[in-house]
Amino acid sequence: MLIIYAVAALGLLGLLFGIFLALAARFFAVDTDPMVEAVKDELPGANCGACGYAGCSSFAEAVVSGEAKTNGCIPGGDETAKAIAELLGREVSSSAQPVATVFCIGDCFKTEDKFIYDGVTDCEVAGNFIGGFKVCGYGCLGLGNCVEACLFDAIKIGEHGLPVVDVEKCTGCGLCAKACPRTIIKMLPKGENGHLVLCNSHDRGKTVSKACEVGCIACKACVKVCPEEAIVMEDNLAVIDLEKCTDCGKCVEKCPPGTIFRRNAIPTEEQALAYAAEKATESA
Amino acid sequence: MEKLLSIIFIYIFVENFVLQRFFGICPFLGVSRKMETAIGMSMAVVFVMTMATLVTWLLYTFVLVPFNLTYLQIVTFILVIASLVQLVEIVLRKISPTLYQGLGIFLPLITTNCAVMAVALLAVRQEFSFLESVVFAIAASIGFSLALIIMAGIRERLELAEMPDVLQGSAVTLITAGILSLAFLGFKGMLTL
Repeated sequence: MLIIYAVAALGLLGLLFGIFLALAARFFAVDTDPMVEAVKDELPGANCGACGYAGCSSFAEAVVSGEAKTNGCIPGGDETAKAIAELLGREVSSSAQPVATVFCIGDCFKTEDKFIYDGVTDCEVAGNFIGGFKVCGYGCLGLGNCVEACLFDAIKIGEHGLPVVDVEKCTGCGLCAKACPRTIIKMLPKGENGHLVLCNSHDRGKTVSKACEVGCIACKACVKVCPEEAIVMEDNLAVIDLEKCTDCGKCVEKCPPGTIFRRNAIPTEEQALAYAAEKATESA
Repeated sequence: MEKLLSIIFIYIFVENFVLQRFFGICPFLGVSRKMETAIGMSMAVVFVMTMATLVTWLLYTFVLVPFNLTYLQIVTFILVIASLVQLVEIVLRKISPTLYQGLGIFLPLITTNCAVMAVALLAVRQEFSFLESVVFAIAASIGFSLALIIMAGIRERLELAEMPDVLQGSAVTLITAGILSLAFLGFKGMLTL
């Protein structure tokens, strides 16, 4: 008899709760567009926010409602844009995928430190402490806020103390650029063409040359030599307009500290380490 | 009145559910990494714990006791808590999508939070009255929140601290939890029911 009571009581309770929940689900049903789910499945799902929406699901909603473009997902690139466009029956618009570029080549062998920093491993904190431990107040501190920010494991701090971007892995979401307190990382359209002044310092020439072997000293030699007038001085720093640059390479020859590089020849970690080894044998 | 006040004090500090009774250690360690999520989880737990105790107490007193089925309490309470969490999720999704998104995965996770079960079971075992049970549930959940929020605050600071490799991550978290628990031991014996 006891077992019947027990089974009946539990069964009844379960049934009651079940019915109640079913009613509640019907009553409080939320209409979700199946298309939103389908679009969401096509997205990388990293929730990086590069599209300008809160996450992948809110971007999916925006695309379906027509508010966002099909190529709005930057990490997804062309493939995702194509897939979404096919799903929604819209035209494919290709996206120019940007890539993170580090505008500082003052690695720890070419720059001077003001003092030994032994604090929190965070660029922002270190940069706010007496203007950072590097003599250059604009250069990369190499503590890796950008590395922390990257969701795709595409950036790391090399042994020379500067961030190294893995172009293959970089999706162009721009999280590292946002994370850099000194705005050293900039997002540029992917490609090998065009020259860049790899310096971020707006200090006067004399100050720069004391702080860094390879910083832009604002001598204007490149501005004078450029046949396309693609280089302008902005607040003691030469800036090259990538649209106008024809890759003639004249500025590279003229630059006294050697700050200008073609985009496919940006100094690598290995080069920096080789330079350090050379310097060490020289001083010995 | 005096009993209610002492229940509140006892179950927030003296018999803190996480730090003295060691219930709900999983969410305590799992969601205490960020203050934001810790507060979200705390809010959800306060709500579910109070609601669950309310329903289970009524069920126990008016169904299980009259039919002599008190040995079924664990099974029934599980049923109640699971359906309640489900209900909260459905309702919340409709009424406040923002809060629903904010709580995210923590809402369903509460189903498996043993602290919720413990409150329901202890309320009937201690033979609390209806009002006392509800106050007990609120106090216990506030105690849970207190522990979670203190832990989140400490862990946010620990993130920035440099420490030896062996201590990093869960090691230092467990040590912190132990020290916190020791600190709460100081309340022991201040009040008893």
